[in-house]
Amino acid sequence: MIEYSLTVESINKTFGRRLIFSGINFKLDSSTIFGISGPNGSGKSTLVKIIANIISPSSGKLVHNLNGTEIKPEKLHNHIGLVSPYLVLYDEFSAYENLNYFSEIRGISFDKEKVDKLLNKFLLYNRKDDLVKTYSSGMKQRLKFIFALMHSPQLIILDEPTSNLDDEGKEVVYELVKKEAKKNIVIIASNEKTDLSLCSETIDLKNYKK
Amino acid sequence: MKSYALFKKDISSELRTRYAINALAMFIIVTLSIILFSIGNERISSSLTGGLFWVIIFFTSMSGLSRVFVSEEERGTSLTLQLIAAPSTVFSGKLLFNLILVFAMNTVIAILYSALFNTFVLKNFALFLTSFILSNIGLAFASTIIAAIISKAGAKGTLYPVLSFPILLPLILTSVQLTLFAMDGTSFETAKFELAIVGCYDVIIFTVSYLLFDFIWKE
Repeated sequence: MIEYSLTVESINKTFGRRLIFSGINFKLDSSTIFGISGPNGSGKSTLVKIIANIISPSSGKLVHNLNGTEIKPEKLHNHIGLVSPYLVLYDEFSAYENLNYFSEIRGISFDKEKVDKLLNKFLLYNRKDDLVKTYSSGMKQRLKFIFALMHSPQLIILDEPTSNLDDEGKEVVYELVKKEAKKNIVIIASNEKTDLSLCSETIDLKNYKK
Repeated sequence: MKSYALFKKDISSELRTRYAINALAMFIIVTLSIILFSIGNERISSSLTGGLFWVIIFFTSMSGLSRVFVSEEERGTSLTLQLIAAPSTVFSGKLLFNLILVFAMNTVIAILYSALFNTFVLKNFALFLTSFILSNIGLAFASTIIAAIISKAGAKGTLYPVLSFPILLPLILTSVQLTLFAMDGTSFETAKFELAIVGCYDVIIFTVSYLLFDFIWKE
């Protein structure tokens, strides 16, 4: 079994003179669902980007460990799956082309069987060859889940995971979160009570403003 | 292989969106036409012909080479790239794309320029070819890293030529000199100092770009 852990030590983030949050500490191990809540503008997405190694914290330290060994920052992208409203896939390609290019760029072989299974699960299989620009916002959101899961990451970060989804889509997401949390770390950043009800522990960012 | 996959994605995307190709093709045609109209029946000197050749190359590069990063930033797909590739992969892939684009663009410019300007006669073609290859490599290296820098800024269109000018100036000046040497029929032996400058420029700009890209790419 793969053991993944994320340690966040005294993370602070400021944009110019504006403090977003300070003094965030937590440690997560595999088989955890962790929640991040807070009002709009409290820094949920900023914290998500820091955890996903997209932006750096102003101070503090993050350590990603795989089986007791720290993962190098340049290799981290292969262990993280992110779904967020600000994630954009290539409109000029079909869903299948997008996923195929992502596999090639990651340097992993395209697992057709897994991708087809995910496309079926998210009800996109029949539209897999259509250009992404013809998709509705809900379909694009579903495709982002496939993008986040196709490389079997150990850390799954879901920023507002149910935005643009219908009830059926939300059910698929909740089922998937429970399944992934059996072996991986799932982080949910949201204000939706139903999203956060899945989490075993939640931090509220409005308490980290000093 | 990962860089090549990114390059393949960019080529495929470019063929579908024509983001850079159309801009470059139009710029080449318009610039050559304006120069031809402004010259009229006058016969321009060979030194001016060599200089104008690099003026066209510089401004055409400024119109299209930034697209490699700017298009990702404008469409919001930079984040997607950050999630699937290491910075070194992104830089190598984008560099490969710009190298191909620079060589294709400058070859078209050179062919059209030779056909339209009868004073553009190369007496030492081998010297021209060597300097052309070295200069194109330097141009691609520099324009790629500058594109990465300006893609994060607000006024991208204005900033690109302004930031590129001082960085590309040593390369352009030396390339103009080498083109004039090739037009005069100067030997490789006489031009070796200028060739060495361009070669060193390529090595320096590549090393600096590769080292700096991590800091530019990650916010």
